[in-house]
Amino acid sequence: MTETRSIKVEALTRVEGEGGLHVKLNGNVVEDVQLSIYEPPRFFEAFLCDRPLEEVPDITARICGICPVAYQMSAVHALEAALGVSITPEIRRMRRLLYCGEWIESHCLHMHLLHAPDFFGVDSGIELAGRFPDEVNRGLRLKKHGNELLEVLGGRAIHPINVAVGGFYRAPKRDELERLIPDFEWGLDAAIEATRWAATLDFPDFDREYDMVALSHPNEYAMNEGQVASTSGLSIDVSDYEREFAEEHVSQSTALHSVRTAGNSCYHVGPLARLNLNFAQLSSVAQRVADEIGFVLPCMNPFRAIVARGLEVIHAYDEALQILRDYRPFKPPRIEYEHTAGSGCAATEAPRGLIYHHYAVDKQGKVNAAKIVPPTSQNQRQIEDDLRGWLPEVLQDDDRRTALDCERLIRTYDPCISCSTHFLKLTVERIES
Amino acid sequence: MKSPVEQTLPEIGTKKRLAVFKFASCDGCQLSLLDCEDELLAVADAVEIAYFLEATSRIAPGPYDVALVEGSITTPYDAERIQEVRRQASYLVTIGACATSGGIQSLKNWADHEDFLRCVYARPDYISTLETSTAIADHVAVDFELRGCPINRYQLIDVLKSLIAGRRPRTPSHSVCLDCKRRATVCVEVAQGLPCLGPVTHTGCGAICPAYDRGCYGCFGPAAQPNCDSLVAQYLDTGSTHEDLIPLLHNFNADAPEFRDAGNQIRQSAGLSTTGGRP
Repeated sequence: MTETRSIKVEALTRVEGEGGLHVKLNGNVVEDVQLSIYEPPRFFEAFLCDRPLEEVPDITARICGICPVAYQMSAVHALEAALGVSITPEIRRMRRLLYCGEWIESHCLHMHLLHAPDFFGVDSGIELAGRFPDEVNRGLRLKKHGNELLEVLGGRAIHPINVAVGGFYRAPKRDELERLIPDFEWGLDAAIEATRWAATLDFPDFDREYDMVALSHPNEYAMNEGQVASTSGLSIDVSDYEREFAEEHVSQSTALHSVRTAGNSCYHVGPLARLNLNFAQLSSVAQRVADEIGFVLPCMNPFRAIVARGLEVIHAYDEALQILRDYRPFKPPRIEYEHTAGSGCAATEAPRGLIYHHYAVDKQGKVNAAKIVPPTSQNQRQIEDDLRGWLPEVLQDDDRRTALDCERLIRTYDPCISCSTHFLKLTVERIES
Repeated sequence: MKSPVEQTLPEIGTKKRLAVFKFASCDGCQLSLLDCEDELLAVADAVEIAYFLEATSRIAPGPYDVALVEGSITTPYDAERIQEVRRQASYLVTIGACATSGGIQSLKNWADHEDFLRCVYARPDYISTLETSTAIADHVAVDFELRGCPINRYQLIDVLKSLIAGRRPRTPSHSVCLDCKRRATVCVEVAQGLPCLGPVTHTGCGAICPAYDRGCYGCFGPAAQPNCDSLVAQYLDTGSTHEDLIPLLHNFNADAPEFRDAGNQIRQSAGLSTTGGRP
C-alpha cells in the first residue's frame, strides 16, 4: 500500500520570489527534494529588447526591490563593456560607495529581521525586538544609515534614480556626503557589536563541502569587478562565465537553475563564498573582529552566514567611511559615449551573491538581447543539495516541525526575497510499502 | 445610514488586523514598510500584523481590517487569489505601480506573449501565465490606491495612521512639476531641453529626478487630469522623436490609462501595433 501526500503549488518566476519545497520520502529515506520558485514570471529579458539601452539600469532595478543596486551595477558595467566605455576612478569609487549602502541595508535587514529570529524560535524580528530590544533597534538603525546613503547618492533607497550608463546623472555635493559621516562612525562601532552578537548564536553542526564561487580582486574586496573564482581553483575572466556555468529550466520553477558545466554540479554564492575567497582583501577592522570571535576559515557551515554578513557590514561601513571622508566632487559625473553595435557582460557581487548580466546592443542604442543570472537561481541547486544532507538530521514524525527546520536552512541563503522561504510550504510525500 | 465609504473603513478603537499580500512584483513596496526603521516597531504595536510573509512566519487567517496589496495579476492562479483576498479584506489598499497600473511587466501587453515565453524560458510548457499584466482594480474593487514605483514610505505610514484612526486616507494628486518649483529645482526641460514627464506625473517621489539632473520618467503614474497630448506635442516640437517618447510613456506605468493612450497615439502615428497582435 502506497501512501502519498501532496500539496499542489502553482508554478511561477524568473526573479527570486515565492517558493515551495517538495520532499519525497520512502520510509525515512529522502528520495527527492525539489525547491520550487513560483513567483509569477515577469519577462524582463524579453521586454528589454528594443528598449533604449539607457533605460536598462532603471528597468532591471525593478527585478528586485531589495537589491536594485546589484542589478543597476551589473547592467551598467555590462553595457559599458559593450560600448567600450572606460569609467574614471572617481566614478568607480562612487559605485563602490553605492554598493556599500546596499550591502548594509540588505545584510542588516536579513540579519536582524529575517534570520536572527530562527535562532530564538520566534516568528519575526518584531517579536524578537520584545526580547532583544537593543540588538534589534541597533540593527534597524544600521539598516537605516545604509538606506540614507542610498538616498543621498542614488536619489532614493529603493530603485535609485541616479545610476547611468557611464556613471551618474549627478555627482553628490560634498556637504551631502559629509553629513553622513557621524552616523557612519557610529555605524562602524555598531556593526562590530552586531557581529559579536551574531557570533554568540547557537549554530548547528552542519559542515558541507561546497564549491564556492565569487568575484575575486587582488587589491580590494570584490564588488564591481574581478575574476570569477571558486574554492575549487577556478579563476576565469567574466567573459568566460557562460562557458563555465549554464542555466537549466526545471519543471518546478519559474527561475532557472544554474550549474557548473564541468560535472553538471551545484555551487554556492554569497557572503560565505566571498569571505572564503577574499578574506585577505577584507578591511583590517573586519579581519580583526573575525579573529576575535573565532571565525575560522574555510567556513562551510551555511548557518554561519549571519556572521559572514556581519563581517561584510563592518567592511562596508569601514570602506564607506573612508570614501565619505576623502570625497571631493568630481567632473564629469558620467562618461559620454557613442552608440555602437556590440555585446558585453559583467558580474558584480549582490548582497546574496554573484550576479551576471549580458547584453547585445545595436548602433541605434537599442538592446538586442539580454541575459540575467541572479544569485538565487545559482544557489537553488545548492540549497536542494544541502536539504538532502540536512533532512536526515531533522526528520521528525511531525511534518510541520520538519518544515520549520528546512526553512531555517533555506533562509541562511537569504534567498531574494526571503518571503520566498517564509512562504515555504513543505510537501512530504511518504512512500510506504 | 452609513455611506459605502464609511462602511468599509475599519472600526475605531480596536487593534486593526493588517495583512500584506504580494502578486507579480519586485517586493520593493512591501519592503517600504520594513524600511520605516523609526516607525516599524510602533506600527507593529499599533496594529496586529496578521499576514505579512516578508516579515513574519506567523500566519493568521482572515478576515483582515486592512489589506495592502502589492503586484499585478499575471497568472490564472493569481486572478482567483485576488478574489479571495478581496473577500477577506474590509479595506483594500493597492500599493505601487504594479498593483495600481500593471507595472513594468505590463509591457508584455504590447507584445506577442508566445514570443516572450520562448525568449526567456527553454521550456515554455512549464510556465502558466496570462497574456496580460493588469492592475488589481481590473479584478476587484479597490478602496484606496497608493502610487509609485516604489511607493513613498511616508505616504504609506500616513495611510496606515489614517486607517488606524478610522479616517479615510488622503494623499495629494498634483503633478511632480509643482514639487520642483517648491524645491527650487531649475526646470530640466526649459534649461536643458530634456523630455520630462513631471508636468503629467503624480506627486509622491519628491521630484528627485530633476534634482539629479534628469527628466522625470513617470514612476508615480499619471497625475490628476494630465494633459499628455499637449506635452507630447511640445516635446515633438522641441526635438524629441517618437522613439524617445514611446518608451518614456510606456514604462513603469505603461498600462495606466492616460499614459497608455498617449503612448498608443504615438505608436499609431509611427505605424506600430498597440495590442501585441491581440484583437
